[in-house]
Amino acid sequence: MVRTYFLLAWTWTRAAAAYPGSFVLMVALGFVAAALDVAVVLIIFANTTALAGFSREEVLLLYGAAGLSFSLCDTFVSNLDRVSQHIKSGTFDTFLIRPVGAWIQLTTDRFNATRVGRVLQAAIVLGYAIAALGIGWERGWMIPVMVATGVVIFAALWTLAAALQFVLTDAPEVTNAFTYGSNQLTQYPLAVYARDLVKGVTYVLPLAFVNWQPGLYVLGRDDPFGTPEAMRFLGPAAALVLALPAALAWRQGIRHYRSTGS
Amino acid sequence: MLRAYVLIALWQARPGLAGYDVADAVTFCFVTQAFIGPMQLFGGGLSLPERIRSGDVALDLVRPASLQLWTLAEDIGRAAYLFAVRGLPPMLLGAAVFGIVVPADPGRWAAFLAGFAIAVVVSFGWRYLIALSVCWLLDDRGVAVLSMVLTTFFSGLLVPLNLFPGWFGDLVTALPWAAMVQMPADLYLGKAPVPQTLAVQVFWAAVLLGAGALGTRAVRHKVVIQGG
Repeated sequence: MVRTYFLLAWTWTRAAAAYPGSFVLMVALGFVAAALDVAVVLIIFANTTALAGFSREEVLLLYGAAGLSFSLCDTFVSNLDRVSQHIKSGTFDTFLIRPVGAWIQLTTDRFNATRVGRVLQAAIVLGYAIAALGIGWERGWMIPVMVATGVVIFAALWTLAAALQFVLTDAPEVTNAFTYGSNQLTQYPLAVYARDLVKGVTYVLPLAFVNWQPGLYVLGRDDPFGTPEAMRFLGPAAALVLALPAALAWRQGIRHYRSTGS
Repeated sequence: MLRAYVLIALWQARPGLAGYDVADAVTFCFVTQAFIGPMQLFGGGLSLPERIRSGDVALDLVRPASLQLWTLAEDIGRAAYLFAVRGLPPMLLGAAVFGIVVPADPGRWAAFLAGFAIAVVVSFGWRYLIALSVCWLLDDRGVAVLSMVLTTFFSGLLVPLNLFPGWFGDLVTALPWAAMVQMPADLYLGKAPVPQTLAVQVFWAAVLLGAGALGTRAVRHKVVIQGG
């Protein structure tokens, strides 16, 4: 399965690399576009030393961790969005008769390697924050765990969004608000948001486990909203709890797919 | 909406920053949000790049009307429509959830509406230039991303321009993008001297439209008609 995935991804990458100038330009521009969010953080901290009690490096750590998870998913999973077009035009049929799972085919559909610019940008920010904060292994072991957790949570979100397209047929904007909105949300410490919103993203849609709860552990801080210490370690469990219904929803979607025809 | 929370947190840490209070900052956030649709701040909105690529632009060029004015008229109509359907809802939402500042003085409303109208023209002038570049580049994706980066960052859409530190702040307020978002928003909040602000906006509108007119003339000699 993994081999097939990379084979398909590699095929699309080679196709895109046929225009090397455009390819390099898009990687660079992706890097710059993503760096704008960091520029905003830096400008905010040019005016203040603490945002909701968090320092610049701490915010950058949270930003980098969430950004890395999100951009990895944006590169490797977000092509699922395109399912709505395929459902509408009826081309989804061809995905179902090929000898590879539809999910694998869709996630590599027009695989866009130029998004690595964003991954690189997030990784640099995360690396800088870790170095600047001087985080050692005794708490730093959580960082790879939280990036992996974030990848699973975002991938599950995208799968849920794609599964919804079987019902909604043509509303990628609705689901994009959730996927890209959750990226925006996780860029800052959740302490800046209203209490009810934070409760929602902790207990309903587990976005708080992408970087906030494990991040608090890495930083050795207490939650301003007063959740117990044990919550810091629940990330992987929360990711699984979201991934299971996502997988089920996707299977249900495929089962209920009706082709179009004239 | 998320941006409003970030700005609230910032103004709670530094009350009175840049001459705004918390309510002003939230208002700024929702007013500028309302600009995205009418001014197409994320780029696009013009059908011109597509028409250049498909070769349909040849038809537009033989029409007995200026290509630029023709496109401008189309764009203003679209902006008026989008202001109603995309602009007003986020402002009403902001007013309901956070409570935004609503100017009571009709003079300030008049200044804001004038500033907003000019900002739409400035935004058109910029996007028209970007669209024309397709004649030379034949592909609009690269410049589209570049334009989006420049517009969202230097217009004040992401963070108010008066937060930019030092000389960088002075530089960005002097650039044309400031005339798109920051200036009309300041007019709404009553934080900017009305005649000077409108004058700067008119200046940028004139410069960009002028460049667009020159570009249109160049295109008549340069245009490559695609298609078989």
